[in-house]
Amino acid sequence: MTRLILSRLAQIAVMTVILSLCAFLLIGLMPGDPIEMAIAGDPRLTSEDAARLRALHGLDQPLMARYLAWAGAVLEGNFGHSRLFAQPVAQLLWPALLSSLELLALAIGIAILVGVGLGALAAARPRLAPFVQGVALVAQATPSFWLGILLIILFAVQLGWLPAGGADSGWRFLVLPVATLAFANLAAYARHSTTALRAALEDPHIRTARAKGASEARVLARHALPNAAVPLLTIAALDAGAMVSGALITETVFARPGMGKLIYDAVMGSDFNLALLALLLVAVVTMLATLAADLAQRWLDPRIA
Amino acid sequence: MAVRFLICLLLLALPAQAQPARDSLTIGITQYPSTLHPNIENMVAKSYVLGFARRPVTAYDPDWRLICLLCETIPTLENGLAQRETTPDGRPGLRVTWVLREGLRWGDGTPITTADLRFTYDAGRDGTTGIGPAEFYRSAYEFIAEDERRFTLRFDRVTFEFGSLGDFAPLPAHLERARWEQEPRTYRTRTLYDTEPTNPGLWNGPFRVAQVQAGAAITLERNPHWSGPEPHFRRITIRTVENTPALEAQLLAGQVDMIAGELGLPVEQATALARRTGTRFRTEFRPGLIYEHMDLRMDQPPLDDRRVRQALLHALDREQIVARLFEGRQTVAHTSVNPLDWPHDENVRRYPHDPARAAALLEEAGWTMGPGGIRRNAAGERLSIELMTTAGNRSREATQQVIQAQWRAVGVEARIRNEPPRVLFGETLSRRRFTGAVLFAWVSAPEGVPRTSLHSTEIPTAERNWSGQNYPGFRNAEMDALLEALPIELDRERRRALWHRLQAIYAEELPALPLWFRQDAHVWPPWLTGVRPTGHLNPSTLWAEQWGVR
Repeated sequence: MTRLILSRLAQIAVMTVILSLCAFLLIGLMPGDPIEMAIAGDPRLTSEDAARLRALHGLDQPLMARYLAWAGAVLEGNFGHSRLFAQPVAQLLWPALLSSLELLALAIGIAILVGVGLGALAAARPRLAPFVQGVALVAQATPSFWLGILLIILFAVQLGWLPAGGADSGWRFLVLPVATLAFANLAAYARHSTTALRAALEDPHIRTARAKGASEARVLARHALPNAAVPLLTIAALDAGAMVSGALITETVFARPGMGKLIYDAVMGSDFNLALLALLLVAVVTMLATLAADLAQRWLDPRIA
Repeated sequence: MAVRFLICLLLLALPAQAQPARDSLTIGITQYPSTLHPNIENMVAKSYVLGFARRPVTAYDPDWRLICLLCETIPTLENGLAQRETTPDGRPGLRVTWVLREGLRWGDGTPITTADLRFTYDAGRDGTTGIGPAEFYRSAYEFIAEDERRFTLRFDRVTFEFGSLGDFAPLPAHLERARWEQEPRTYRTRTLYDTEPTNPGLWNGPFRVAQVQAGAAITLERNPHWSGPEPHFRRITIRTVENTPALEAQLLAGQVDMIAGELGLPVEQATALARRTGTRFRTEFRPGLIYEHMDLRMDQPPLDDRRVRQALLHALDREQIVARLFEGRQTVAHTSVNPLDWPHDENVRRYPHDPARAAALLEEAGWTMGPGGIRRNAAGERLSIELMTTAGNRSREATQQVIQAQWRAVGVEARIRNEPPRVLFGETLSRRRFTGAVLFAWVSAPEGVPRTSLHSTEIPTAERNWSGQNYPGFRNAEMDALLEALPIELDRERRRALWHRLQAIYAEELPALPLWFRQDAHVWPPWLTGVRPTGHLNPSTLWAEQWGVR
């Protein structure tokens, strides 16, 4: 097991370096550097100003030289300064990360609870399966921005029960964005848990449990669910990456400054320091979560090893 | 049970009965300032927010007049505060003096003196500080602090704008000079404006920054050391909601009191909101300096023929587009000079919707009607023009479709190809990689001389770092001469004549097809008074101490 973990950690390290290079080159190759954008927005910028600002921001250097300079600074623990937000990158990332984690952890937690609950219902009561499939279909097909706006109109504008959005702390500000995201995410859990639980309920040990007189609820919760959890863990591991990458659309509709919006702005604004650190954070968390899911699957089902 | 029910009922009723104190105001805008440093980066959100908390020496007021905010008198040649002189290298120059008003203080009580302006000058002159447009600092070759309130700048050129100090506003030397001197190159990452924006000593307006929620909101409170009239509002919060439907929802839900016109709802959305909500909000549409137009690639066929450009404009029914798409809430443009700006020429050539005249001009230019209703020239080439705009901008995309239909009616094919703003502005326009027409907007200042968009030396090329905004490739010797003569002509009436000639050439040659001047939609609560939109780059917040409650 230790060998597996060490080998996977080495893979993650190599992958992180490759990803950082790819991300840097891709952002650098996007049309229009920040100074060109500034020229388009401010007619007073002369060619002399453009040359001076390019040199000041290091944009006059070849892309590879800029990447090596960035990588060297990062190895010394200096993540740099955001050009777009005039703040140290790490300082900027932290509140956005907390905001996204708060939002997405709650939303995915609720999605797992409701989704697996619906899946269990469909597996235990096959006549309710069409209803569960219908709910999952609607959840999957509903665009988040549309649902978000609908919820805002109903609960914030018409009824006035909840705020329409904002980044203030307090549970009231979380209800609508969490509901929007949870609804969008529950479809995958409902569908996969239905399939996995149905398969698990066909297993011989379930027949044995029933023969021993275990209640249907106990059979489902204690005997079928652990076996059905293996595919769900894979989805949850991927969602862990989503938790740190934020939810761009929901964050935009509810005016929450989270990771999704931050990454989008950084990439579109060619803010290399910010974009790279944020993208690498997402990549590393996703890879570590996948490793954790693999380990959990081995623990749940020793046959996988 | 009945008592409990009654208590519950009373509790529910309480918020409705309580009258809001209305000593605070929450404003919604659609952009968050990337920095709060007054002299680094230019963006509308920053000018709007800083309008509450800092004051420049001079500004254009809502009536488009240049006025003093921190100074006593606008310098003129007549009052002797401006004098012509010769620069040390023998060029005609100007020596201009301003006197700061008495009693000006920073938010920590430190007096504002010429030492602050000296620091601003030193930082601006040093190219490594990171200030964007530095033409002012290159031209002002000497700063003389005559005493604590009186300072003189010597310019190496004569321009009619000499009385305006524009972005040259004092920075607090007692807080910032040492940081800047430590290392000018990294000053922009260490300035207190971004590392400690709630330091009261940074601000000299009626309000100071009290709280910053990065990317989301900035809260301002009264500045106790403000020497002007005390503002009505104790606290002002500016919230950023980039998505305009979400911003509208926050307004309707009562989370924001008003939406700033400078950075608010598009005209069509504000019009629909006003229709739906009746008298719940007061909506004012104010024409501004945002000039929607179509740049034409006029150094390539078929748009190198003036008759084709004129025909394209005659083919457009701009009044109808404005009426149908914007409910009449835009001002149809005839040149790039705004009708609100004094140099505007009312008698400039106009191009009414006239498909017959458009067809005649095209015939004259050798484009005859061909199969499929599209004109062809003698070589059999179709009169087909690529029409571009910023992808995702709904009003521009709708406009584009109407233009396509109206051009089609006179036998011109428009091929729509849109790009994200980043690609369009960062690559296609700036490197002149378009072949036909590009629909976008310019923002300018009152009496802004359009040198960068019309002078032949401002055509972007690799040699000049792709700077300059003469994207059409317009070359006209008389226009070049006018653009050089205008800034140095100090006599207003003679300048008016130059402006009229400039507009006449523009209207005749049509390097760009004028569409309309955009209006800003200001949405206020009915109880708010005193807000005067300016329509130009100096935001209404520069007079926030006059805002009040009915």
